[in-house]
Amino acid sequence: MSEELLNLTLHVWRQDGPSQPGRFETHPATGISTHMSFLEMLDVVNEDLIEKGKSPIAFDYDCREGICGSCGMVVNGVAHGPQRLTTICQLHMRQFNDGDELWLEPWRASGFPVVKDLVVDRSAFDRIVQAGGYISIRTGSATEANEMPVAKAMADQAMDAAECIGCGACVAACPNASASLFTAAKISHLSLLPQGQAERLDRARNMVAQMDAEGFGGCTNHGECEAACPKGVSLRWIARMNREVVRSAVKSDSGVKTARR
Amino acid sequence: MQRALTLHQTTIGKKLVMALSGLVIVGFVIGHFLGNLNLYRGQEALDAYAHFLQGLTPVLWGTRLLLLLAFGVHITAAFSLWSRNNKARGSRYKKHQDMATDYAARTMYWSGPILLLFVVYHLLHFTILPAHPGEVYRNVVEGFQNPWIAGVYIVGNIALGFHLFHGIFSATQTLGANHPRFNSYRRDAAVAISAAITLGNLSFPISVLAGFVTV
Ligand code: HEM
Ligand code: SF4
Ligand code: FES
Repeated sequence: MSEELLNLTLHVWRQDGPSQPGRFETHPATGISTHMSFLEMLDVVNEDLIEKGKSPIAFDYDCREGICGSCGMVVNGVAHGPQRLTTICQLHMRQFNDGDELWLEPWRASGFPVVKDLVVDRSAFDRIVQAGGYISIRTGSATEANEMPVAKAMADQAMDAAECIGCGACVAACPNASASLFTAAKISHLSLLPQGQAERLDRARNMVAQMDAEGFGGCTNHGECEAACPKGVSLRWIARMNREVVRSAVKSDSGVKTARR
Repeated sequence: MQRALTLHQTTIGKKLVMALSGLVIVGFVIGHFLGNLNLYRGQEALDAYAHFLQGLTPVLWGTRLLLLLAFGVHITAAFSLWSRNNKARGSRYKKHQDMATDYAARTMYWSGPILLLFVVYHLLHFTILPAHPGEVYRNVVEGFQNPWIAGVYIVGNIALGFHLFHGIFSATQTLGANHPRFNSYRRDAAVAISAAITLGNLSFPISVLAGFVTV
């Protein structure tokens, strides 16, 4: 693919802190190579801002490889930008055309307060995981690898749910700012594995209670989360989470059980 | 047990309540439609069917109470989730693009209240303040001969069609019935049931307006 240079206009959400009012600021992005990633384009804009003595646009990232879940912003109304199954750090500028106007906004959700500009505080997700997204294991030397057999079909499903990188795009895209897809992915991935059975009922109960306590909305089955998710996490895990919640409400034992498909 | 009773305080519990109460109402709507097909068998058949139902006093009142309860919890849960979901966004997006949702899903909070108004009107029209008590066929036909009244039924049932489509699809997901192997049938079933009921119900006022069914 041959390189082209793009000139773009960015309307960027600027906000100094969680309780400060935000506003859009317009900045040109000139001479942007189509080979750049979206975040590299912002790096270029930021260098220019710094040279002019202005404060650079704050945005989150870590790996820039689409695996850590740190990055994320809404571009022209779409979480992680226009390419499906792609984090914003893996989005390339060849997805855009010369002269495009781009509106960059942070994830907007009461559960994700803005830290600065496009950076939001996603510690609500950490607290949901702390409420039950773990397993208890024996410490000491590692157990023998094949001690606990896992059927291939279950392992595959658990892997699908475990693909969630916790980026928060599902919350950003949901009309209700619901964290259902994230919470469902975490509950499902552990409830499918034998290691996850011990805390299975408490996990569903406690993680869902924490999800509600963080101020996220409820699911109305619109499917926007699934469409926005860079990892293709499926709505079927939300159905599974609901089954787990019913199970946790009617059963009281926490005994070890085998997961059912 | 205590946990099962506090389930309705969670967002998922409220959705389960909406799905179950919605499905109770769907069941009624299907039965109601099938019974009303007696309109096409003529005055005697419809009036006889109506008298038969009136005679089943305990069943009639049992159904009425169940439906009242279903409507009550459905609407209560809808509004409690609605106020919560409104707060969950915080500040609004300047730009927003839908990726997956559809018209029926986006308009649930319009089709639902329209349905409620329609149900109130419908009950006043035929059950509480009928023009000719006991003469069901005559009330229906004379009612629908008025294009305004027929229009209310047509609008109400179009709202019903959209609400049912998303409702049935959504309720199966809420109740946990999502599996890649069955998902296309879930959608087809939601389309088929909502289309059959809506088109069937619409046929009553339209047949009267068109003069196919007369007093
Ligand atoms: C009377 C006023 C009504 C209101 C305000 C109302 C409102 C709603 C709302 C807001 C939803 C949730 C939609 C979503 O989460 O995406 C819903 C779902 C539903 N409604 Fe209604 N509705 C009403 C009447 C009815 C009627 C008459 C029926 C049946 C014919 C019905 C059947 C359903 C079903 C089956 C669901 C699915 C529940 C789920 O999403 O899991 N509703 N309703
Ligand atoms: S479910 Fe998808 S969109 Fe939501 S946090 Fe996980 S990876 Fe991100
Ligand atoms: S920076 Fe790690 S996923 Fe984008």
